[in-house]
Amino acid sequence: MLLIHCPYCNETLPEVEFAYASEAHIARPTRPSETTDEDWAEFLFMRSNVKGPLYERWRHVHGCGRFFNAVRDTVTDKFLTTYKAGEPRPDLSSLTEGLK
Amino acid sequence: MTAPISSFMPGVLTASAAARVGFAHRCARFSLRARGDLAPLEAALGLSLPDRIGQRTSAGEREVLCLGPDEWVLHAPESDATAITAACAGVYADHPHSLVDISGREVSFVIDGPRGAELLTLGCARDLDTIAVGEGRRTLFDGATVILWRDADNNFRLDCWTSFATHLFHLLDTGVRELGAENH
Ligand SMILES: [Zn+2]
Repeated sequence: MLLIHCPYCNETLPEVEFAYASEAHIARPTRPSETTDEDWAEFLFMRSNVKGPLYERWRHVHGCGRFFNAVRDTVTDKFLTTYKAGEPRPDLSSLTEGLK
Repeated sequence: MTAPISSFMPGVLTASAAARVGFAHRCARFSLRARGDLAPLEAALGLSLPDRIGQRTSAGEREVLCLGPDEWVLHAPESDATAITAACAGVYADHPHSLVDISGREVSFVIDGPRGAELLTLGCARDLDTIAVGEGRRTLFDGATVILWRDADNNFRLDCWTSFATHLFHLLDTGVRELGAENH
């Protein structure tokens, strides 16, 4: 079982307490009525689907209830970091430095 | 095998040499959500709202546990419910918050006995050593969201939704008897 660090609880806890909530840092267009169909489809459906470190949302659903962001390597399933919702995206090179 | 929730009576439900599971008396339960300046709410309730997740405070028979950055659960005697509702309503206009009576939604089991903590490992993936005596946490127990209050090393209260109660009790009962059998 994976252990995931919740930045709100500040504890590293079993995966079963958490729910995956798709890719992070995807901003909803502020004026959907003025968005083209192509841009709206892009926003709704298109994801980066990276092989490697992915910025993604998680929710500590069976704990504090909060959504937060994580960087997880989709190949190794290793969590590089987690951080609170609303915080800037951490620089990838600083996270992967120790892994090479 | 599952009994209706109405068949649980306060008192010991199952026991062995290893652990006991009891059913707690009914109490008033509230979910409180609030942000910003908490002082007016604390004054209205007559207790301080802990700001670290898992921390508890109490005043008289009112007991509060911090579940999230802006979320608390409050337990009190049933006779105190109207006073709590009125006190919070009194500060609502200036300090909007959400106070929801969840008394009918949840019940509590009381777990104790020499291997009480071990009994909980049956359904709880969390390392229970991380919950200090006098603290509590919301977590997952065999698929159901529960709130654990750790009152002593081997003494816990487990709050769960009524619809999960018979399922969780069945599992706890099996564990109580299994750990008891190991003792012989
Ligand atoms: Zn959390």
